[in-house]
Amino acid sequence: MKARPWLLLILCAVVASAIAGAIGRLDATPATPKPRVLRIAMNTSDLPTTTGAPSQGLEGLRFAGYPVFEPLVMWDLRVTDRIPGVIPWLAESWTVDAADRNRWTFRLRRGVTFHDGSPFDADAVIWNLHRYFDTSAPQWDAAGGAWARSRAPILKSWEKIDDHTVVISTSTPTSYFPEVLTTVLFVSPARWRELKGDWQAFAQRPAGTGAFRIDEVNRTAITMSRNPAYWNRARAAKVDGVKLYAMGEPTTRVAALRSGEVDWVENPPADALPFLRKAGYQIATSPMPHVWAYFLRSRPGGPFHDLRVRQAMNYAIDREGIVTLLNGAARPAQGFWEPEDRRFGQPTNRYAYDPARSRALLKAAGYPADKLVPVRVLTTPVASGQMLSLPMNELLQQSAAKAGFKLEFMVVEGNQMNAMSRNDSPKMGDIDIYNKGYNTGESTYLYYWMYPPNIANYFDKASKELLDEYRVTFDPVERDAILLRLHERFVDDAPMAWVVHDVNPRAFAPNVRGYTPARSWYTDLTTIYLTD
Amino acid sequence: MLQFLIRRSIQGIPILFGVSIITFALVHLMPGGIVDSLVPPGAPPGLREEIERIYGLDRPLWEQYLLWLRQVLQGNFGISLVTGRPIAEELVAALLNSFKITLAAAVVGFSLGIAFGVLAALHSGRWPDKLFSLFSIAGVSVPPFWFAILLVTVFAFQLNWLPAQGMGPEGIPTSWTQWRHMILPIATLSMIPMGVVGRVVRAATLEVLSQEFVTALSAKGLQMDAIRRHVARNAAPTILAVMGLQFGHLIGGSILVETVFNWPGTGKLLNLAIFSGDIPVIQATVLLLSVIFVILNLGVDTAQALIDPRMRR
Repeated sequence: MKARPWLLLILCAVVASAIAGAIGRLDATPATPKPRVLRIAMNTSDLPTTTGAPSQGLEGLRFAGYPVFEPLVMWDLRVTDRIPGVIPWLAESWTVDAADRNRWTFRLRRGVTFHDGSPFDADAVIWNLHRYFDTSAPQWDAAGGAWARSRAPILKSWEKIDDHTVVISTSTPTSYFPEVLTTVLFVSPARWRELKGDWQAFAQRPAGTGAFRIDEVNRTAITMSRNPAYWNRARAAKVDGVKLYAMGEPTTRVAALRSGEVDWVENPPADALPFLRKAGYQIATSPMPHVWAYFLRSRPGGPFHDLRVRQAMNYAIDREGIVTLLNGAARPAQGFWEPEDRRFGQPTNRYAYDPARSRALLKAAGYPADKLVPVRVLTTPVASGQMLSLPMNELLQQSAAKAGFKLEFMVVEGNQMNAMSRNDSPKMGDIDIYNKGYNTGESTYLYYWMYPPNIANYFDKASKELLDEYRVTFDPVERDAILLRLHERFVDDAPMAWVVHDVNPRAFAPNVRGYTPARSWYTDLTTIYLTD
Repeated sequence: MLQFLIRRSIQGIPILFGVSIITFALVHLMPGGIVDSLVPPGAPPGLREEIERIYGLDRPLWEQYLLWLRQVLQGNFGISLVTGRPIAEELVAALLNSFKITLAAAVVGFSLGIAFGVLAALHSGRWPDKLFSLFSIAGVSVPPFWFAILLVTVFAFQLNWLPAQGMGPEGIPTSWTQWRHMILPIATLSMIPMGVVGRVVRAATLEVLSQEFVTALSAKGLQMDAIRRHVARNAAPTILAVMGLQFGHLIGGSILVETVFNWPGTGKLLNLAIFSGDIPVIQATVLLLSVIFVILNLGVDTAQALIDPRMRR
C-alpha cells in the first residue's frame, strides 16, 4: 500500500476543525447566573495554609489571614490618607502597666463567637498562645509556632485574669507591642478538639472569628463565604464569598483576568498595565509602607565607610527613571517614609538624581575622577517586596555609571540571599550593597533592619540611642517625634540609598467596586461588592 | 526472562539509595532554607537557632538523614515544613495530577512523533520528509513556556474557548469541565516528545531501511507490508528507549508548563519546595521521581528484551 501523506494532513485538518467547532458550540451555551463571589489571583506560588498561621508571607496574611482569623488588635484598613494605625479588634481596649512596662492588659470584646459558634474568651486566647509559644502544649503546632515566633519574638508569657481579661508580657519593654500582636491570630479551640486535635483536619475545616469563613480548601483554591454572624456589623462583608487562587506567574495572573477566570489580580506586571487599562480593567494603586533600597554596607576598607560616598550613591540613583520603567507603579523614595509623612522631618539632604554632585562627593572622598568606583551588589530576582528587581537594577547600573559608580551584581535566589546575609556569613565579605524591598509600616522591621548589629554594618550612636528611646516611649506623640528625629538622622547619614516606594498595583475586572486603597500591605475585602 | 527481571530490579535499589544521599547532600549544600524564609536577616540573635530547633534542623546532618531514611522505609514521608501537611498525601495527589496531562501528552506526542517520523523516512528527501522534519525540529526547538503563552493568548484571550490556567475539578477527568483545562497543557507538553520521537523514528527507520537484509527480503519477493514489519521490529528497541526517557522527562520535567498553567503537579510541587527550602518535600519528590524513572527503564528494558532476545544477556 502506498502511503498518502496529503490524505493524513487533510484528515488532521478536518479533525482539528471539528474539535474547534465543538469547543465553540460548547462555549456558546448560555452561562448560568454568576454568583457574587469575588475571585482573587494572589501573587503566591502556593495557597497559604489555613490554620490561622498563614504561609506565603504577608500576602498569605492579607488574604487567608485577616479575612478569616483575627488578632486582638488590628490595622485600621479603612484609613486611606495615612499609614494605618492599630485599633481595637478582638480586644476592645488595652493598657500597659505603669510600674512594669512589660505587662500588657487586654480587655476582650464580649459577644464574639468563632465560626463554629463557640465563644471567643480569655480561655481561647490562652489556649492559642500555648499553641504558638509553648512546645509542651498538646495543641503545639510547629509550623504555626515557627511563624508566630518569627513575628513576635518578644512575647514571653501570658495569664488569664478573668473570662474577658488577659495579661500578656514581653521580654523587654516594647512600646510597639500592639503592632507585634497584629500578627498573632486566634482560632477556635472547640473546632480543634472536635477534630481530635488534628491540625491537618483543622486546616480543612478551620474556624476563626473573621468576616469570612472557609468552606473548602483543595489543591487549587480556597473557597470562603460571608460570615452571617460576624461580630463587627459595621465591617460585614458585602460579597457572598471569596475564592482565592495562587498564581505566582505574572503572565498567568493577567491571562486569568483577561479570560474572565478571576476578578482581581495582585501585582500585574508593569508592562501589562497600559493594555489592561485600555481593555477596560481597573488599575488601583495605593502608596504602601514599603521601600526598595540599597543597604550601603559600611565595612572597614569598603567605599561606603565614608559618609560622602554613601551620599554620592544616593545622588547616583535615577528614581524617576525607575518610575518610568515601572509604568508609574512606584514613587521616588528619599527616605524610609514618603515626604508627606508626618515622620519624614526636615533632613538636610533631599536626594534626587544628580550625577555631578555624586562625582563631586566622590572626588572629595579621594576617588579619581577618571575612574568609576566599583561596588558589588547582592540582589535576588524573586522575593517578597522585591518588585522587578533585575530590570530596575540594570537601569540603576546605567544611571550610577554616569555618576561615578560601577555596579557589579551577584544575583541569587531569595532564601539563599537571606542565608548569605547573616552578619557572620563569610560570603558577605566583599558585598558593598544589599538590595532589598521591605516593609516600613511596622516597627519590628525597623529594628530588624536598623538596630545594630544590622545587615548594613551601620552603627551610629545617636541613631541607636533614639531607637532605644523609641522602644520605651509609650506616648504616641512623643514616639512620632522620636521617629522624626531618627528619620532625619538616617537620611543625612545615608546608611542606605532609598530608591522607590511600591504603590502596590492591583487590577480588577470592570464590575469590582468598593476597593479601599489603604496604605498598607493588607487590604479590607469587606468593602468590596460586585456589580452586574 | 524472570532472572533478567529480578536482576534488573535489584540493580535499581542502590540507584535509589544513591539518589537519596545525593539529593540530601545537594539540598544541604544549597544555602537558604525554611528558616531563612521565616527569619529576616536582622532578626534578634537566637531566634534563628530557636526556629531551627522547632524543625529539628539543629541535629547533625547524618542524624537527620538516618531519621528520614527510617521514616521512608516505614512508608512515611513525613510532614511538609511549610504547609504542615503529610507529604505522602501531597505527593500522591500531585503525581496523579501530573499523570492526567503527561499520559495524554505522551499518547499525543508519541503517536504524532511516530507518524511524522515514519512518513518522513518513507518519503526521504521529498516534500513530506521536509514538512514532517520541520514539525519535529519545531517540537524540539520551541521553548515550551513560550508555546504555552502563545496558546493561552490565542485560545484563552482571543477566542475565549479554553481556560488560561488551573486544573478545574479534581478527580479522574470524565467531564468537559475537566478536559477543557487539560487541552492547552497537553498540547504544550506533547511538543517535545513529538519532536524527539519523530526525529529518532525517522533516523532509526532510515538506518534499518539501508541495511542489507531489507534488500535481501525485497529480492526474495516479500510483500512491502511484511518488509515494513521487519523494519519496525528492528527499529523498535531504539525508539522504545527514547520513549521511556521522554515519558520520565514529562513526569519530572514539566515544571515550566505546570507553572505557566498553574497546574498542581509534581513539577510545581518540587519547584515550590526548592524555593521554600522544604527539605522533606524535595527529598520525597525526587525519590518518587527516581522510582518512576527506574520502573520506566525496567519496563523499557523488558520490552526491548522481549523484542530482541540478545538483550537478555
